[in-house]
Amino acid sequence: MAAEPLPAGDPAEPLISARGLVKTFGDFTAVDAIDVDVRPGEAFGFLGPNGAGKSSTMKMIGCVSPPSAGSLRIMGLDPATHGPAIRARLGVVPQRDTLDEELTVEENIWVYGRYFGLSRSEVRRRAAELLEFAQLAERSRSVVEPLSGGMKRRLTIARALVNQPRILLLDEPTTGLDPQARHVLWDRLFRLKREGVTLVLTTHYMDEAEQLCDRLVVMDHGRIVAEGSPRSLIEEHSTREVLELRFDSDDHREHLAAVDGVADRVEVLPDRLLLYTADGESAQAELGRRGVEPLSSLVRRSTLEDVFLHLTGRTLVD
Amino acid sequence: MARSLPLPAGAGMARMLVERNYRSFRRTWTVLVSGFFEPVFFLFSMGVGIGALVGDVEVGVGRTVPYAVFVAPALLAASAMNGAVFDSTTNVFFKLKYARLYDSVLATPLGPRDVAVGEITWALLRGLVYSGAFLVVAALAGAVTTWTALLAVPAATLIGWAFASIGMATTTYMRSWADFDFVQLAILPMFLFSATFYPLSTYPPALQWVVQATPLYHGVAMVRDLMLGTVDQGILVHVAYLAAMGAIGTVWTSRRIASLLLR
Ligand SMILES: Nc1ncnc2c1ncn2[C@@H]1O[C@H](COP(=O)(O)OP(=O)(O)OP(=O)(O)O)[C@@H](O)[C@H]1O
Ligand SMILES: [Mg+2]
Repeated sequence: MAAEPLPAGDPAEPLISARGLVKTFGDFTAVDAIDVDVRPGEAFGFLGPNGAGKSSTMKMIGCVSPPSAGSLRIMGLDPATHGPAIRARLGVVPQRDTLDEELTVEENIWVYGRYFGLSRSEVRRRAAELLEFAQLAERSRSVVEPLSGGMKRRLTIARALVNQPRILLLDEPTTGLDPQARHVLWDRLFRLKREGVTLVLTTHYMDEAEQLCDRLVVMDHGRIVAEGSPRSLIEEHSTREVLELRFDSDDHREHLAAVDGVADRVEVLPDRLLLYTADGESAQAELGRRGVEPLSSLVRRSTLEDVFLHLTGRTLVD
Repeated sequence: MARSLPLPAGAGMARMLVERNYRSFRRTWTVLVSGFFEPVFFLFSMGVGIGALVGDVEVGVGRTVPYAVFVAPALLAASAMNGAVFDSTTNVFFKLKYARLYDSVLATPLGPRDVAVGEITWALLRGLVYSGAFLVVAALAGAVTTWTALLAVPAATLIGWAFASIGMATTTYMRSWADFDFVQLAILPMFLFSATFYPLSTYPPALQWVVQATPLYHGVAMVRDLMLGTVDQGILVHVAYLAAMGAIGTVWTSRRIASLLLR
């Protein structure tokens, strides 16, 4: 493909840049004027609950959904005028697998590579490598339909890599996979990142965001409510530790008075209280002195889930 | 923006989609068999069976041909139509709504125009295979009398294009399999009444106009001219009609694919 106008090796120049990006469907606003910059080589995440507008944003970046307003530049190019040139350099893993079930595993990669104009011998060579990478080599002649969810996801990722993309877009790459399959996938994504592929992913798993992302934005109702590295987001919007208390009662608000003053901040969930504090164990000790006796009491580190809860008053996965 | 242009974007790579279809087809080629036999059965039952009752048919001034020779071109035109329509409706609907093939295709450099051109090409190839095979059978059965009959093959391609493109455009409006009954409702009367089994002159003048407005009539008339060797400049009307239909259908399909999938 033609050389990109992007000055090579300038890490300050964003690979993806959105300003006031909007997506509306009728009079519903799915993405509400977001600003995003993704730098070369980083792993960038969109974290948010169902309906936050993550997929809508990914589709605009993937040049398959025209923005309703605002500006979007990908590798310095405008999707409205350079869609094919941009897509030639993107790898796309959609939220729902769209594998070609009428073809075999290896044919899926061959055919997909041909869509990028690669020669037949080149796609065969790359397919062999990619199937090795995705741990699917021994299934290469199998049809797609009977593969497990994890295998299909890996095949979708392998297929998305056939054009050696600069940017890999992953929409909920591990949703619906068991923990082991998720870890295999994460490992593959780390490798790609080491090879210099820029990863852009969406997820509603905070552990995934923490594991994979250098930087992320938290989205809610089409807006960006926070932005930064997982660590800086936690530092900024939460305390170091969280004390989780469960009581034997239907309404945990009843116990607010008993824990008053023990922590910096308290969140009430239907089944527990979250006490935000720099030192969970001292808080636990203080509750002991007060004679507060929860069913269970657990100290853990703050996560992005806590950040999200603090910012929106809601949990991520409900 | 793709939407404001009359013809949505493409990367000129429609052939890659044809290649993909060929790969998938290699496992399911048996479906071709029924489409091939249908017109052959018609040729023998109509041409030979009914032909014995009907005798010769007058074509042009003072020239008569056996009924089988008269009906064979119409069956060839109809098989090009049937092959193209089957692929561009049923198969495309499955890929569009269930397999979601085009969603993944549009994530690559290919655009909606490539999807339209690729699928229409594939569908017309199917019509072409049916009609080519039929021509061989008709020749063996003695229903082919002149060398211009060879031109029936490109003619069948044109018929395939016209019907495949309109077929695919229509398919983009379908909501469920039940809607395909309407396709049959359009195809069957055309097959029966487009001067297929008897000359246009059989109809009263008012009805002749109606028949002449339908696309299969032009396909049948064109192929018949070629296979009977009665070509004059009138054939240009048939060619123009079908080419316009193909072009309109292709642009229409591209736009529909863009508005359905690139939202
Ligand atoms: N094609 C469409 N037409 C109408 N509304 C749409 C369309 N696509 C998305 N939406 C709406 O836009 C909102 C955002 O959807 P989107 O798929 O971007 O969310 P998401 O963050 O990816 O959610 P999820 O985690 O469930 O995948 C939703 O309310 C959805 O119903
Ligand atoms: Mg989504």
